[in-house]
Amino acid sequence: MMFIPEPLRLLAFVVGIIAFIALNAAYLVWLERKVAGHIQRRIGPKEVGPFGLLQPLADGLKLMSKQLLVPKGVDPYLFKVAPLLVLVPAVMSFVTIPFSENLVARNIDIGLLVIFAFASVNVMGLLLGGWGSANKYAVISAARCVSQNVAYEIPMLITVITMIMVTHTMNLNEIVMQQDGSLLNWYIFRLSASPLMPVAFLIFFTCSLAETNRAPFDLGEAESELIAGYHTEYSGMGFGVFFMGEYANIIIGCSLATILFLGGWQCPLGLYPGWWWFLAKVYLLIFCVMWIRWTYPRTTLWGLLNLSWKYLIPISLVNLLLTGAMIKLWPLLKTFLMGAS
Amino acid sequence: MGEYFKELFGGTKSLVVGLGITIKHMVKPVVTLQYPHESLKMSARFRGHIELLGDEETGASKCVVCGMCQRACPSGCIALAGEKPEGAKKKVLTSYVLDFTKCSLCGQCVESCKFGAITFSKEYNLAGPRKEAYIFDLKKRLEERSG
Repeated sequence: MMFIPEPLRLLAFVVGIIAFIALNAAYLVWLERKVAGHIQRRIGPKEVGPFGLLQPLADGLKLMSKQLLVPKGVDPYLFKVAPLLVLVPAVMSFVTIPFSENLVARNIDIGLLVIFAFASVNVMGLLLGGWGSANKYAVISAARCVSQNVAYEIPMLITVITMIMVTHTMNLNEIVMQQDGSLLNWYIFRLSASPLMPVAFLIFFTCSLAETNRAPFDLGEAESELIAGYHTEYSGMGFGVFFMGEYANIIIGCSLATILFLGGWQCPLGLYPGWWWFLAKVYLLIFCVMWIRWTYPRTTLWGLLNLSWKYLIPISLVNLLLTGAMIKLWPLLKTFLMGAS
Repeated sequence: MGEYFKELFGGTKSLVVGLGITIKHMVKPVVTLQYPHESLKMSARFRGHIELLGDEETGASKCVVCGMCQRACPSGCIALAGEKPEGAKKKVLTSYVLDFTKCSLCGQCVESCKFGAITFSKEYNLAGPRKEAYIFDLKKRLEERSG
C-alpha cells in the first residue's frame, strides 16, 4: 500500500465521510420516495432528470436558498446549536466504522463504545432543538423522543453487551474479522454462541429503528398531532441539517447491525471480501428500514413503551443469560461430543 | 404466560404478513396515470360541455336553427342565429355561442335536438385565467375540427 502522511489521510477521511453522509442523505431521500411510491403502486419522483435522479439536487438547492428564520422568543443559542448536535455526533460515529479491512478512519479498540457514546448525544440535540424552539408541539415531541430513546437504549445495550461477551472485543475491525469465512460464521447464525442470535439481531434492528425515530416509531414526528415535531420551527438548512442527521443515524444503525451480525465486509461465500459487500449489506438493511416504514402505521406511545418493556427487554435479558450459559457450557459440550465420537 | 407468548407470536406473524403484502405490491406495475403527459380516455357516457356535430360528408353543421336547444336550456346558456341564403330551402347556422360559465351539464339541449346536431364532448381539461375563456364559439370549434 502507498504511504500517505497522517494529516493528509485524516483530511481525506473527513472530506470523504462528510461527502458520503451528504450524498447518502440526498439519495436516500430519493430512494425512500421511490420505495414509498412503488409500495403504493406509484412511480415516485420522475420529472427532474432521468428517473427523477436530479430531484435531491433540486431539493437541496431549494433548502439552501431559503431564509433561515429565527422566530421571536426562541433560545438564540440552543436553537442554532441543536441541528449541529444532531449531525456532528453522527459524523463522529463514522470515524470508527470499518468499511473494509483498511478503509477505516480510526481503528480504535473501543469503537463500539465510541459509537454508542456519540449516539446518545443525538438525543440531546433533539431535546434542545425542541426546547429551544419555544413551541409547545416541539417540546412535546422532544419529550417523546427522549422517553422513547431511554426505553430503547436498554434492550439495545443489553444486546450489545451480549455481543461483547461473545466477541471479547469492542474493536469493530476485529468483530468483523471473527466472522471470516462462510455465511455460517456470521454472528446472526452463530447458534453455538447463543441459540437466540437471530432474535438478538431482530431486537438490535428494532431498537435502532426506534433510536433513529423511524416509522413505525416516529412518534416525535407525528404530523397529525405535532405538526413536524421537534423541527417545527426550523426552516431552510436548519431543517436540512436535522434531516441529514436523521439519515446519517440510519446509516450508522444499519452499519452497526451489519458489523455486529452480518459479517461486515465479509462475503457470504468467503470470496472477494471488501467494502462493496459492506455497502451492499448496509443498503439492504436500509431498504428494509424503508420497507418497514411504508408498511406499518405509527405506534402509540403506549404501544411503543409496551413493546420495549414487555418484550424487547425481557427477551434480550434471556438472551444475555443464555449467552453467558453457552460461553461456559459450549466448550464442555464440545469436548463431551468429541469424546463420544 | 401462555397469553404472553400467544401475543408475541401472533403479533410477529401479523407483522411478517404485512411486510409480505407491501413487497408484493412494490413489484407489481404502477397504476397511476402520468397526468400531464397522458390523460384518461373518458367513457362513452361522459358529459362534457356540448359540441356541434358536423355532417359526415360536407363537414357542415347539422343544425337547422330551430332554436329548440335554446328554449330547452334552463340557464339560458345557448345563443344561436341563422339565416336563409338566397334560393336555399333550409336555414343555415351563422353563429352558435355556448356560455359554459352558467351551464350545469343537464343535457336538456342534447335531448331536445331532433336533428342530432349537438352532443356532449369528452373535454374535461378545462382551465382558464378569466371567465371569457368559457364562452365557446361552437361553430368556430366545429370548423376547426373539420379542418
